[in-house]
Amino acid sequence: MLEKKTLICIICPVGCQIEVCRDDDNIRSISGYGCKRGKEYAISELLNPVRTITSTVTVRCGEHQVVPVKTDKPIPKHLITELMREINKCSIQAPVRMGDIVLQNVLNTGANIIATGNIPVLQQE
Amino acid sequence: MNVKKADLVIIGGGPAGMAAAIEASKNGIRDILILERENNLGGILHQCIHNGFGLHYFGEELTGPEYAWRFIDEVHARNISYYVETTVINFGPDKTITAINSQEGLFIIKPRAVVLAMGCRERTRGALNIPGTRPAGIYTAGLAQKFVNMEGFMPGKSVVILGSGDIGLIMARRMFLEGAQVKMVCELMPYSGGLNRNIVQCLEDFDIPLRLKHTVVAIHGKERLEGVTIAQVDEHRKPIMETCETVTCDTLLLSVGLIPENELTREAGIIVDRRTSGPVVNDCMETSMEGVFACGNVVHVHDLVDYVSREGARAGECAAAYITAEGDKAEGGEIQITAGKCVRYTVPQKIVPKGQKNIRLFFRVTDIFRKVKIVVKANGETVFERKRNKVTPGEMESLEIPGSILNSPTNVNELLVEVQNIEEGQ
Repeated sequence: MLEKKTLICIICPVGCQIEVCRDDDNIRSISGYGCKRGKEYAISELLNPVRTITSTVTVRCGEHQVVPVKTDKPIPKHLITELMREINKCSIQAPVRMGDIVLQNVLNTGANIIATGNIPVLQQE
Repeated sequence: MNVKKADLVIIGGGPAGMAAAIEASKNGIRDILILERENNLGGILHQCIHNGFGLHYFGEELTGPEYAWRFIDEVHARNISYYVETTVINFGPDKTITAINSQEGLFIIKPRAVVLAMGCRERTRGALNIPGTRPAGIYTAGLAQKFVNMEGFMPGKSVVILGSGDIGLIMARRMFLEGAQVKMVCELMPYSGGLNRNIVQCLEDFDIPLRLKHTVVAIHGKERLEGVTIAQVDEHRKPIMETCETVTCDTLLLSVGLIPENELTREAGIIVDRRTSGPVVNDCMETSMEGVFACGNVVHVHDLVDYVSREGARAGECAAAYITAEGDKAEGGEIQITAGKCVRYTVPQKIVPKGQKNIRLFFRVTDIFRKVKIVVKANGETVFERKRNKVTPGEMESLEIPGSILNSPTNVNELLVEVQNIEEGQ
């Protein structure tokens, strides 16, 4: 069955409106995207929607209680809730440096959870 | 009195201030001092843990803290001095800055040039006059963001968000991901004030309803918020009382606008534009006071930090040029830039002509328009135009105008920017 769908690209703040025409799993036409990444987004959004997830992880003995983290690549959208459970289960010892891996290959997605901030050890006065 | 020396003082160590400092340093200024109120450089970026920053400036997608650290690392690499936990308490008309911190006590600096980069703050419940009790559980969205993302605790379990600006949308997703029930986002206007991508990835992804043309008309609860009454509004934005409904919630987040923080600017007697609530600036980001530059959200509220950084760099570059060539002022009159039909404001508001290459102009439109062209007129004649499929007040527009239009033989003394319909069939 031929199906027409309008998507709003979330790759960058421009937010292009992309028209996609699909026939079950075959994409017949894509139009309206402003760049190559928009076209890739539209295909992925129909066949296997993915998102980069950002959150925080508890830090022990750090200057702050939490450190910001992200998935180092997008993960399937339907795994978001499960991923949040994994993130909320773990904690990390200070010092934390940007880029440190907090969780490896989370939920077998091939994505790691990595720190996006720097948290030094809390100095006792 | 403790007196300090510096060629360039930058008030505010957020993205605008850091970009200005780095650019001034690149342009040969050595004696730079950044004054920052919080306990670290980076400003609001540290609590904006979501991604989407840096696509324009760095060509890659970064989170807020990652974007901030790119600049913090460069400030360190360039040995630019800064004081944190330092508050500027007075800025005098002769560029004298009075500041205070617990290490130095009270001190004054009289620099050769100043960059104002104080950013903006959130509008609060008090600015909206929502009637009702005053229970706990009502926060601005940015404060809630700080609680969740930096302090690591949740301000509530069931949430209504008023205002669909980007911070409101981002917080809807954040609260949902951390397990809160996000009941709805209410927006007074018939359109969202946030970016389209945020409506998709913050609301639609999680089935959070967006109630356009709705506002909060009453607040319930004594000690803790128990619920809010919402109502639809008519075309004059007045609530239609027959449409009232009560929504139970323990938290109300307000994302109802940002106000440039210009107390110091006003105190110094610098001219402030009523439309932007920021100082009037020329294309060098120089304010009405000679040698005082401004950039970022203190000038006008931006949607994208990338543009803030670019504006900061421009201010830093021009402050450096001012210090290097002190006394060597450009001659000639200023060109006024007028916001014409359907344009709310422009930044800069004026241009000092001196053989510029290109001029980057930022502006906001007054309403949503489709299939239009942005027209720039010099002394009434169209000199430049660009087509746009859609413009909305929620998204800042930018134009790069070729400097050649100012160097035309006839003397340009006014540029007008307006939105025009593109006639059918053209």
